[in-house]
Amino acid sequence: MKRRMFNQASAAALAAALSPSIVTAATKAQVLKFVPQADLGVLDPIWTTAYITRNHGYLVYDTLYGLDDQYRVVPQMVQGHVVEKDGLVWKLTLRPGLVFHDNTPVRAVDVVASIKRWGKRDAFGKELLAQTDELSAPSDSVVQFRLKKPFPQLPAALGKLTSTMPCIMPERLARTDPSTQVTEIVGSGPYRLLAKERIEGSLVVYEKFAGYKPSTGPAVGRTGGPKIATLDRIEWHTMPDPATAAAALQAGEVDWVEQPLADLLPLLKEQKGIKIDLNDPSGSIGSLRLNHLTAPFNNPAIRRILLGVINQADFMSAVVGNNPGMSRTGVGVFTPGTPMASTAGMSVLTGPGDMAKAKAALKAAGYNGEPVVILAASDAANMRSMSDVAADTMKRLGMNVDYQSLDWGMVQKRRTSRASIKEGGWSCLCTSIAGIEALDPSSHQNSRGQGLNGQYGWPDSPKLEQYRADWLAAPTLAAQKAACDNIQKQVFEDVPYIPLGQFFQPVAYGPRIASVPQGFPQFYNVKMAG
Amino acid sequence: MWTYIVKRVLATLPVMAIVGIFVFSLLYLAPGDPAAVIAGDQALPEDIARIRENLGLDRPFLVQFADWSGHILRGDLGTSIFTGKPVTELIAQRIGPTLSLALVTLVMAILVAVPLGVLAAAKVSTWVDRTVMGLAVLGFSVPLFVVGYVLAYVFSLQLHWLPVQGYVSLDQGLWPWLSRLLLPAATLGSVYVALIARITRSAVVEVQQQDYIRTARAKGLDHRAILFLHALKNAGIPIVTIIGIGVGALISGTVIAESVFAIPGLGRLTIDAIMRRDYPIIQGLVLVFSFSYVIVNLLVDLTYVVFDPRIRL
Repeated sequence: MKRRMFNQASAAALAAALSPSIVTAATKAQVLKFVPQADLGVLDPIWTTAYITRNHGYLVYDTLYGLDDQYRVVPQMVQGHVVEKDGLVWKLTLRPGLVFHDNTPVRAVDVVASIKRWGKRDAFGKELLAQTDELSAPSDSVVQFRLKKPFPQLPAALGKLTSTMPCIMPERLARTDPSTQVTEIVGSGPYRLLAKERIEGSLVVYEKFAGYKPSTGPAVGRTGGPKIATLDRIEWHTMPDPATAAAALQAGEVDWVEQPLADLLPLLKEQKGIKIDLNDPSGSIGSLRLNHLTAPFNNPAIRRILLGVINQADFMSAVVGNNPGMSRTGVGVFTPGTPMASTAGMSVLTGPGDMAKAKAALKAAGYNGEPVVILAASDAANMRSMSDVAADTMKRLGMNVDYQSLDWGMVQKRRTSRASIKEGGWSCLCTSIAGIEALDPSSHQNSRGQGLNGQYGWPDSPKLEQYRADWLAAPTLAAQKAACDNIQKQVFEDVPYIPLGQFFQPVAYGPRIASVPQGFPQFYNVKMAG
Repeated sequence: MWTYIVKRVLATLPVMAIVGIFVFSLLYLAPGDPAAVIAGDQALPEDIARIRENLGLDRPFLVQFADWSGHILRGDLGTSIFTGKPVTELIAQRIGPTLSLALVTLVMAILVAVPLGVLAAAKVSTWVDRTVMGLAVLGFSVPLFVVGYVLAYVFSLQLHWLPVQGYVSLDQGLWPWLSRLLLPAATLGSVYVALIARITRSAVVEVQQQDYIRTARAKGLDHRAILFLHALKNAGIPIVTIIGIGVGALISGTVIAESVFAIPGLGRLTIDAIMRRDYPIIQGLVLVFSFSYVIVNLLVDLTYVVFDPRIRL
């Protein structure tokens, strides 16, 4: 009996080994191994605004609209919309055949519940829902907004690239309070999460979703147009040590490193088959956030004096080192090269800053040597570098700098403190936002002036809020640009923050990858070599 | 002996309670806010406040501590703030790679270090002794991450013998499992070889000066027999002690090797949890590490009986 079983097993193994179909299928399976910038700790893109979760979100979820290469809104889950009653009623029709990963159809009620959940967390979403009298699902395929007043940016809100992403999930999950994490990940995107294979802090695995129906039409790029799942399986391998990630790429153990360490780029460039690319032209924008509640930056004159002596070139060379093409100066409020980028009032940033005059002006403005507490994130290389330059600039200006080196977790906690300096408060900190956060006023938190209701730093500027409202209501591109000109000039007047320049994060690919879409890491439309 | 073991295990409970109270208080007082980390850079204060409320982080210290203690007494280490998964499940998922790494490191270290220590003791004050002790000093002095990078460069990138990173479980085959552990184990082992070799040498040299060794030599016993049968066995207690301390330190000290070689073990779980302020994981890990120290110490005590029958438990 045992011998018979052995013979049967051997024959089966031999047949399998020699079967051309099995061999072909095995070799054809496209597996991509990716090293993300950080661990994917949270899976719910509504619960957190972390970029890594947003990137995961675009793999497993889909959005009603997407953005093309020119940052224009294009339909994605919807096949179209009609606007009635002078812009007060929008009817969005879903594409037929959309299904979730649990093989249930995507219905309008799922969309309604998802938008309501998203709209409780996202700033743009809050504005949309504030103008919405009724959001309903008249049928399984139609979503209807009845608005209090016209909201021409409705498709832009529902197709925004930035966190918090307006993802669509089944109604039963979308009913979850947005402050509670959804841990069951069911989307309708081109890939589905293999939850059982996940090892927190180490490995996340996705597989192609066979039921995904890409939109039709020409490829338009980014999150718009047909999303073609060319890969069978995607593995995210978290590697906390950038040198290990680079070595794994050299050894062919991984295919794609999202953020290779700048110091290792020369080494990787020398390796045959490894490509270094600046895949996201929107990059990141450094910013010096000022606390408007504590001295000395509660004084607008002092904020403007500091703005006048900031040299973006110093900050960017500290961030990217001697790597030409990896940074840009002369950067205003909106991301250079995008539709809302403005030159209004830029002379204050690009003009020759006179340190001697600025020192005198500082005394005249009433600066009395109050300590300037800089919260510097020592474990985040870019932020630390910018903090060093900020501290040096302020010292040269004659300020009494108290440089506090903390880990990023502590900075996140300390920056929420509204206390005075004596009671543990803070004056300023350097951070960065993704260039796509600064495309327009919709998600540009730095250009807000909501006072105590806003982000840390708490700048109070009714004019900034008014210009933002103008942008939201602007019916034409020209009117939107005019509103952004006004925002930029007002930012240079009120100085809620100071832009420190734009820098680009290179990515590194191994020889198995031929091309990937532009922008943040997206895994549809990836072309493998050979 | 069983009474002794039960007593020792029960004696760990107050120790672990004190450690638990200390760690809980320390984390409560430490700066950092998991809600701010979760909400992300673009979040508004109201979002952070709502997340804090939902996670129960806005409750008073004593209420949180009572809740945590109640769960611990029921054998529940809590739930991760970030992933929403039970801490026991996360630890169970990570303990395999760490124990594997500790085991391979320890075996490698003992196989290399004990013979080296005995050799140095046998050739005391000669060039052999000085070379072994010189290597031991080197093992202590060179930072672990440097050793790791050098090993990965030579054996992975240049010779292509071993993988650079990663871990596979033993059920996927002995060689796939071992091949991913050799470099990190050699990295960690560099310190332990140095430590165990030095202790072995000192202990054997000391024993060799005892009267009974001199007697054995006078009786004409073979030099090797004296060294291995008499000297090494009687030098066993300090050697076992240092190995025991090493095991405890290994389990909680694999952070660098796990980071450099991307092994998903307890060390990396600890670092990730600290960076995110994921309090339940940190508290659970501290309890596990404390317990492992106590158990290893108990095993060391039991081993003493083998080396010295005069010891009674």
